[in-house]
Amino acid sequence: MIAVSGMSAVTGNREPDRAGLLTMLYTMKLTRALEERIERRLYRQGKIVGGVYVGRGQEAISVGAGMHIRRTGDPARDDVVFPSHRDMAVFLMQGITPRRVLAQYMGRRTGPTRGRDGNMHMGDMACRLVSFISHLGDTIPVAAGCALTFVMKGTDQVCFAFFGDGTTSRADWHTGVNLAAVQRLPVVFICNNNQYAYSTPLSRQMAVARVADRAVGYGIPGDSVDGNDVLAVYDAVGRAVTRARAGGGPTLVEGVTFRMTGHSAHDDAGYVPAATLEEWRGRDPIVRFTAHLETRGLLDRTALADLDTRIEEEIDAAVEGAESDPWPAPEECLEGVWHA
Amino acid sequence: MALTTYVEAIRQGIWEEMERDDRVFLIGEDIGIYGGAFKVTEGMLERFGEMRVIDPPIAESAIVGAAIGAALMGMRPVAEMQFIDFISCAFDQITNFAAKNRYRWGAGVPIVIRGPAGGGVHGGPFHSQNPEMYYVHTPGLKVVAPATAYDAKGLIKAAIRDEDPVLYLEHKYLYRRIKEELPSEDYIVPIGRAAVRREGRDLTMLTYAAMLYPCLEAAEDLRREGHEVEVIDLRSLLPLDKDAILTSAKKTGKTMIVHEDTRTGGIAGEITAILNEEVFEYLDAPVLRVTAPDTPVPYSPPLEKFFLPDKDKILATARQLLAY
Amino acid sequence: MKRGQAKATIDLAGLYPGPARAIVNPGLTRDQLLEIHRLLRLNRIVEEKLSALYRQGHITGGLFSSLGQEAISVGTVFAIRPDDLLAPMIRNIGSVLARGVTPRDLFLQYLARRDGPTRGRDGTLHFGNVEKLSLISPISHLGTLIPVMAGAALAVRMRGEDRLALTYIGDGGTSTGDFHEGFNFAAVLRLPFILVVENNGYAYSTPVPRQVAIASFAEKGPAYGVAAESVDGTDVLAVYAATRRAADHARRGAGPTLLECRAFRMRGHAEHDDMHYVPKDLIEAWKDRDPIDRFEAFLVAEGHARREDLEAAAVVLSRGVAAAADEALAAPLPEPHEALGGVLCEPGFEKPWWPA
Repeated sequence: MIAVSGMSAVTGNREPDRAGLLTMLYTMKLTRALEERIERRLYRQGKIVGGVYVGRGQEAISVGAGMHIRRTGDPARDDVVFPSHRDMAVFLMQGITPRRVLAQYMGRRTGPTRGRDGNMHMGDMACRLVSFISHLGDTIPVAAGCALTFVMKGTDQVCFAFFGDGTTSRADWHTGVNLAAVQRLPVVFICNNNQYAYSTPLSRQMAVARVADRAVGYGIPGDSVDGNDVLAVYDAVGRAVTRARAGGGPTLVEGVTFRMTGHSAHDDAGYVPAATLEEWRGRDPIVRFTAHLETRGLLDRTALADLDTRIEEEIDAAVEGAESDPWPAPEECLEGVWHA
Repeated sequence: MALTTYVEAIRQGIWEEMERDDRVFLIGEDIGIYGGAFKVTEGMLERFGEMRVIDPPIAESAIVGAAIGAALMGMRPVAEMQFIDFISCAFDQITNFAAKNRYRWGAGVPIVIRGPAGGGVHGGPFHSQNPEMYYVHTPGLKVVAPATAYDAKGLIKAAIRDEDPVLYLEHKYLYRRIKEELPSEDYIVPIGRAAVRREGRDLTMLTYAAMLYPCLEAAEDLRREGHEVEVIDLRSLLPLDKDAILTSAKKTGKTMIVHEDTRTGGIAGEITAILNEEVFEYLDAPVLRVTAPDTPVPYSPPLEKFFLPDKDKILATARQLLAY
Repeated sequence: MKRGQAKATIDLAGLYPGPARAIVNPGLTRDQLLEIHRLLRLNRIVEEKLSALYRQGHITGGLFSSLGQEAISVGTVFAIRPDDLLAPMIRNIGSVLARGVTPRDLFLQYLARRDGPTRGRDGTLHFGNVEKLSLISPISHLGTLIPVMAGAALAVRMRGEDRLALTYIGDGGTSTGDFHEGFNFAAVLRLPFILVVENNGYAYSTPVPRQVAIASFAEKGPAYGVAAESVDGTDVLAVYAATRRAADHARRGAGPTLLECRAFRMRGHAEHDDMHYVPKDLIEAWKDRDPIDRFEAFLVAEGHARREDLEAAAVVLSRGVAAAADEALAAPLPEPHEALGGVLCEPGFEKPWWPA
């Protein structure tokens, strides 16, 4: 188990402006609230037809990294993102609305996959999001190939590739990272090291202490940061993005965090020691970041309460919308296997 | 007019597509400085440069995965498997990522995965395989297997222009053994269209790739015995040209399928089922098949000869059918 | 520097051999040293004969030479026990010779004869027998042996045996997915496993800098949390000593070792390949690192043997190899119908038929 020392002050050598800081808080809280609604209400009400995978406790990684994704609306300039199934925040930041997320979970016609796939398996090239699939690591060489096109075209675009600690044991992760390293491709590899892959703890996944230790085997920089400190993630990913845009090749950035839930909604995570969970509960990234902003005078109680209210309303409206969204027509099952 | 070999036809097809469309690029082991294990990409590094002719590490999953990623960005990658046998190392990327992408979220993956397949050159169990049916069983892919130089060129060009992932299986036995005159103008061979190689009314032989030639030889022998055999080259295994198959089967009433792939789960079984479903009342005889037996491809020459279908095996089955 | 594939021509500086260090005897007896010499010579003589048979058209498949790399095969296998599990790769003919496979059986296999280890069903070093030789067959797909040998190591440990598993991978093979999955698995379970990375500079036409972005494969050790070492693969005693250290480490329960052995592929990828893509001076630079020349000079200088005795021994070996090849050439090919049978367990195919 990786121990992250106590409730250290939120740190970072560089950080966004005040508006950016508040966006980060909003996105983390929206992510948490949306996932709680999905996992703890809609799933239990039987409204989610398949599995539910959330990133509770890990929001700082997708948000801290996601702040660096270039989003101008110009496909020739924008970065491309390969999220994992625990990076809800990245989907939201790229412009997938909560309603579309819910429609996806509920199998509706209006979700990004039109009911063809569920949960976080969604992509939308208009949002520069490439879909995750269940086979872990598959998106890693795909991200390398995407980055290859940026090199061919001579742009300074970057690929953001997210994955968990367990994924780093997979063949495709290895082949993709090595290809990116050899060809010096502009990819930032971001590991949500939440220390459990389903029931398998980190020590059963790798014989190195940290995922970032794997970087040396590829000849690329590896950086390990407190993944519950959104500004630390922001700082580390920022350095990696700068390097990638400048032609310095890929970086492996690891955010050390903890999966504050089961593998999926059905899993009570009974195999995780209660004391460990309790310890990590004290490091909640949202609580920490909120306190940090309050200490700096960037946020007061009223603003915080308003933010929570706004998020609840936003989610209520999204749920209502998604529930009224149509199901796909049965015969749509047959469409679109090939280009029409 | 110069004659063009099958291997040169593939090379020309790729070359022309690269000249025509700067989105087309190549990625595969030893395709650059070496020009490919079978020289399909010879001279391309010099002409198109390292940005478009990429020698990657030995990692088929990365080669196909990177092709998928580039395709999502609007490129037209052509990935080479040094021998098609190694496509198994990329199975996951092909069957789960490439094949299901469009269906799941509408993002097409226009990639070509090509490589030398087939036996007859004493390659042994790992350099002689015909892996088509793993992929024919995967919705979302297309699978083609040209038998002539004309088709080799026309199909690679069609594959590169196709909007979906295409597996292009080139038969290594044919690389330098067949040649023909090719048109000088641009052409494609549409995917999903079979070709009637020889017309006849007594018996239909359905085949593809290198097996076309023993079928044609057998048909010629049978002609001397007074039988007119129709030989159809499927060219495309997914999608299958059902119209061509059904039309011929109805005409002759007697159909046999010949393939180098092993028997169980081969395309012959699938075609037989289609014939049963759609033209049963036209059939005058059972549908028969000539295939390799259900073993790996053995190495030693007498074993491999036993394994591969040939003219004599085809003739034996054809005579059995003609006797009905 | 420009991004991506920055350099129009790849930097090959790292492929040149550094200065050679003097060969040091790690404490082997004269008899042991001479046995190592016999195996090195046998390796080369058998391969020279195979090359001749290939040119005469007797070998119909591919032929892959270990010229310049013989010390790696011989030094590694000489350092482990006969009951340790061994899986060669395509160039490790010296490993199977050191394991006790006879030249006659090798010729029968390469010539696809009925009485060969696979009865003509497969060629090259694709054969094995776990029970009798602790030898596991490779396949053409690089990297596949690594998870397999990790599993073999797991099994012997489960049974409380102190055997280990050793296999090889080339510089190119480290890029495969199976390398990563298998070696990570071995590392996590701290299995008694030695992975010899045979860095011969080129994977077919692809030089090491196009394969990895690291200077030495030993750098991969820490990335998996295992011991790693890099040795001169043209110094058979250095290879032997490093393998012994790795074996002791494994038997102590301390887990796998990644052992990089650096040498150079002095022939093409296979017999047909003229390796025009390798700079001439690079081949020249490796010529005075011939592992057999170096070892013989050591034996003579240290007084373990006289030059003429070494030559005489080689002549005897050559005669034996020529006789074995003739015998194999005269042996029958399989009957065609023998292509069938044994895909699954059935009478006559319950277990490996070779060696009888």
